[in-house]
Amino acid sequence: MKAPSTHTAKTATGIPALLKTAFINALVALVLFSLMVGIRTEAGASGQLTYWTRFGDLASLVAAVFGGSIVIELLRQWIGPIGAEKLVPPAVRSGMSFLGRFVAPALLIFTLLVPVIFYNQRYILDLAILVLTYVMLGWGLNVVVGLAGLLDLGYVAFYAVGAYSYGLLATNFGWSFWICLPLAGILAAFWGVLLGFPVLRLRGDYLAIVTLAFGEIIRLVIINWQDLTGGPNGVSGIPRPSFFGIPLDNSDDGLAAKLGIEYSPTHRIIFLFYLILALALLTNWATIRLRRLPIGRAWEALREDEVACRALGINTTTTKLTAFATGAMFGGFAGAFFATRQGFISPESFTFQESALVLAIVVLGGMGSQLGVALAALAMIGGFELFRSLEGYRMLVFGMAMVLIMIWRPRGLIGHRAPTVYLTKAQAISSDLVKEGHG
Amino acid sequence: MSGDKILNVDRLTMRFGGIVAVQDLSFSAARKKITALIGPNGAGKTTVFNCITGFYKPSGGTIRLTHDDGRTVALERLNDFRIAKQAKVARTFQNIRLFPGMTALENLMVAQHNALMRASGFTFLGLVGAPGYRDAEKRAIDLATDWLKRVNLLDRADDAAGNFAYGDQRRLEIARAMCTEPALLCLDEPAAGLNARESAALSELLLSIRDELGTSILLIEHDMSVVMEISDHIVVMDHGVKIAEGTPREVRDDTKVIAAYLGADEEEAAAVMEGGS
Repeated sequence: MKAPSTHTAKTATGIPALLKTAFINALVALVLFSLMVGIRTEAGASGQLTYWTRFGDLASLVAAVFGGSIVIELLRQWIGPIGAEKLVPPAVRSGMSFLGRFVAPALLIFTLLVPVIFYNQRYILDLAILVLTYVMLGWGLNVVVGLAGLLDLGYVAFYAVGAYSYGLLATNFGWSFWICLPLAGILAAFWGVLLGFPVLRLRGDYLAIVTLAFGEIIRLVIINWQDLTGGPNGVSGIPRPSFFGIPLDNSDDGLAAKLGIEYSPTHRIIFLFYLILALALLTNWATIRLRRLPIGRAWEALREDEVACRALGINTTTTKLTAFATGAMFGGFAGAFFATRQGFISPESFTFQESALVLAIVVLGGMGSQLGVALAALAMIGGFELFRSLEGYRMLVFGMAMVLIMIWRPRGLIGHRAPTVYLTKAQAISSDLVKEGHG
Repeated sequence: MSGDKILNVDRLTMRFGGIVAVQDLSFSAARKKITALIGPNGAGKTTVFNCITGFYKPSGGTIRLTHDDGRTVALERLNDFRIAKQAKVARTFQNIRLFPGMTALENLMVAQHNALMRASGFTFLGLVGAPGYRDAEKRAIDLATDWLKRVNLLDRADDAAGNFAYGDQRRLEIARAMCTEPALLCLDEPAAGLNARESAALSELLLSIRDELGTSILLIEHDMSVVMEISDHIVVMDHGVKIAEGTPREVRDDTKVIAAYLGADEEEAAAVMEGGS
């Protein structure tokens, strides 16, 4: 892409600096790698030192560093802080922001078409369902962490409450999924309020610790309350969801038979896919809607300044509790879905690692940004699968990726905040101004 | 209880452990007037404010707020958000406390939270998009727009509050407090950090709030040009007790006040006064 001639002056001042940075990086790489890679030493047959040179590898490494630092520097300036000198031509940037507006709709249309495109690829469908589950969990936690600014390290507790609510109600009373789904949400919200009460006075690290403990308490109760939950053995034989009463199976009453089409096990997977997609979109719709209502604005105001909220007559107690309850409710929905999809649940599925993963998705995506959370969930869960072949290095790669992203985009992939109401023009608010909340 | 007083503070005492920040302070603020609370640093002015606005619970004494309709509220018994919500007392802060990541308009919308909450049927009606809520939101935006016009920030309505210049933030905070439609507006050093021109604009704004809207104002201020110009009544505090009160002219000539500000004895101050005049 060639920059328009009017911008050459601006670009010219940047290019020497860019090359200089790349050259310095390459020099550092040369010094480092010349001994590490350039010269290889080994003990010979009779114990003497043998060595040989690998200047070809060294040269390619240094070249990679040189090229890489140019690319990284360009990327950094492209997506970096506002006001920094831009090397990327404005035409490209405006094109990107134009495309940026269509990312969300395009992603949605693609998601809707996933079962059509990958009809026969069970693996991809399963992965898509998993990603969507985490998208939903991320959006649910986003209400608590991203909007209200309350750091919740025990979100998996509500996921567990939802899953066990459905699992136990369905196996013990034979209630249908569609009755249990709202119940699971309500029960999880109830536990959200229960957690909320004792932690209302806590902030920051203290809040994080108590929520972390709450997550563990729920898990330990599930393990130890054997009569009810089956303890470590979990709950098995959880009924599969039905299409509003019509089972999705091979029988004569099944949906396939009623529609007069040939039965395939993929039908159920596709049904699950659209079910979680609908639940996730419901979460998204509710969150976007809530943000524009007084309660949502109060959540964000609470994140910005709690004292000012009180001075304006906002009841911070109920505001915090509603945030906890709303986030927990969506977690409960996702839990019920998880139970019906797996058909089996056990405490092992609800460890702290899940909480951490969902929190990482929210932070990585950009706290408060719906699209950012969805992209982060796709990158994290999809990436985990993509790098499955790397085995033990998977976590290493992920740790590095997270560190790099946090260096470049400390406020997540999508860091700016969109205003909820405007007079003339909605302007994105720079993440530098938006507070993270006190806990 | 006299009807022309909106606020009656009686023998207010506030102790922090062994330290007595405010002792037996009694004063009243007249309705639809501007009352100033002044005194040297550490006199206990902000403590009094925090007691009135419910951020502190007084150790002793009473604070009575009498509304226009004769309804009386015991402020010392209400806590934090209820004072703003039920007693209709709004305040600003010495170190500005806006919502920096929200736009000016959003800041003013948050201020109308309680009215909008009722209109949105505590979220449920609003969630389904009930027309009643939409009208209420439109009215809220109109009120906010009106205030943005008054404080001369209308063209920056959609900018983040954190990006505003200091003086603009001060005015926006006053507008936000006024959007709660208070009976009593408490301002903690509204002119701090303002230049002469901004101070003059602030005086004008406060006078218009008093004259056009009939809102009573209680303010703490160090900028004597502002205090002397706009106050109807001044209460002077030092070391937690009231040392003088009266009209700006009376307070200006009070030897105790001058002594407190100079950090000198009364006799010395009197000598200075005589020497000067």
